[in-house]
Amino acid sequence: MRKGPTWFNLASIGLGLAFLYIPIAILVIYSFNASRLVTLWGGWSTRWYAELLNDEAMLNAAWISLRVALLSATVATVLGTLAALALVRMGRFRGRLLFSGMIYAPLILPEVIIGLALLLLFVAVEVDRGFWTVVIAHVTLTMGFVAVIVQARLLGFDQSVEEAAMDLGCPPLRTFLTVTLPLIAPAVASGWMLAFTLSLDDLVIASFTTGPGATTLPIRIYSEVRLGVKPEINAVCTIMIAVVALGVVAASLLSKLRENKPAMPVPGAV
Amino acid sequence: MTFENYGLLFSDSLYWSSYLRSLQIAAVSTLLLLLLGFPIAYGIARAPRRLQFPLMVLIILPFWTSFLIRVYAWINILQREGLLNETLIALGIIQEPLVWLATDTAIYIGIVYSYLPFMVLPIYATLEKLDESLLEAAADLGCPRWKAFWLVTVPLSLPGIAAGALLCFIPIVGEFVIPDLLGGSEAMMIGQTLWMEFFANRDWPVASAVAVVLLILLIVPVVIYQHMQTRELEDAR
Repeated sequence: MRKGPTWFNLASIGLGLAFLYIPIAILVIYSFNASRLVTLWGGWSTRWYAELLNDEAMLNAAWISLRVALLSATVATVLGTLAALALVRMGRFRGRLLFSGMIYAPLILPEVIIGLALLLLFVAVEVDRGFWTVVIAHVTLTMGFVAVIVQARLLGFDQSVEEAAMDLGCPPLRTFLTVTLPLIAPAVASGWMLAFTLSLDDLVIASFTTGPGATTLPIRIYSEVRLGVKPEINAVCTIMIAVVALGVVAASLLSKLRENKPAMPVPGAV
Repeated sequence: MTFENYGLLFSDSLYWSSYLRSLQIAAVSTLLLLLLGFPIAYGIARAPRRLQFPLMVLIILPFWTSFLIRVYAWINILQREGLLNETLIALGIIQEPLVWLATDTAIYIGIVYSYLPFMVLPIYATLEKLDESLLEAAADLGCPRWKAFWLVTVPLSLPGIAAGALLCFIPIVGEFVIPDLLGGSEAMMIGQTLWMEFFANRDWPVASAVAVVLLILLIVPVVIYQHMQTRELEDAR
């Protein structure tokens, strides 16, 4: 747009960013509070982090969440990429609108609906609920996000490079692996990362679809948070924030180095 | 096969008042999000080009951290001895601590906080594409800047506004975590009612009926949103 920003523009951006970051900053600061009373400042300390190491239930939940996220993000990335290819490359096939609608729906529908629907499905097919049902549920939830990101990328690049490869006698599968895949790789990687964080973050759908022995980290945190603020929870949250922030910063630096226009993996951005 | 569960939804005021409350909270918070999100998106779109990308990353970054954590962060601030009351007392604005937690205000704060990136992003995307020669033309023809804003910028950013509004409104209607952690216990949003029927009362048929009616309420906005998204992608082709 035109000219420079006015004071009003600057104030909007400044206040907006302050609103977004101050609560997180406070959470991080209080996680280093020596006092058990959350509101009383007792000096800097890492005691809550040390206590976390002894919290068997919390560590166990974190381990389960990590495994669920790794598995479901990987499967969702494969399925989501295939779905995006179908939507972009197969033209106007029969049921295309229904197919794209079904892929997009989980992106925007309230989680309680998706969670309950998946649970009823698992009950109907009589699977024991636990680790694997959460993985399947998260694949269902996140593959739509992957599809959207990859689809935007597929629409953005010149298809004639693929045609050139095939004209020169390269078989379709090899063309896909050596030409198409490297070109869409940044979007596929962003899709995987988004799927991973969404899975790590999900409380509602996991609550519906989990079973005995598969308490994920958000479920664990939620059950503690309902009882009030605890310094240990501040510490868990700070660790999660640090991990995610490092990952996102590294990813955006990486994609900025490789090409000038990084794929920003966010729903609604397409 | 019975429709008894649906009959219950209409005869018991607990259910339909939950639906109404959810729709009302979603509508009001979407409006608040628009009032807050538009100036931010507009400010970023007018910033120097090399700053726009880092600024958008800063807006989006909190979206990547856990939703649950971001809601929880507000409990730290809004509780009785929390930072908000302490600050207000220190500044001499209030004498006695106010009740923030377990109120509708807390729900609105939590929702606006969590959904802000979803509103800023689509609006920024349309503002960024806006052809600035249109504004120059308006200025050349003697149109004051505020008038050009209302007559050119706002109408041209309507697709982004509509996308942002739907992207927020639809999930907010079914929101569970925010009202559960920040809201009071006297009135429930429909997501909480569904959760209660399912987990506390173990009444799966009623929970399912609640979900189906919620889905029916949301089907029109969802279809509109998907239609807009597909058209956008087709245009990009």
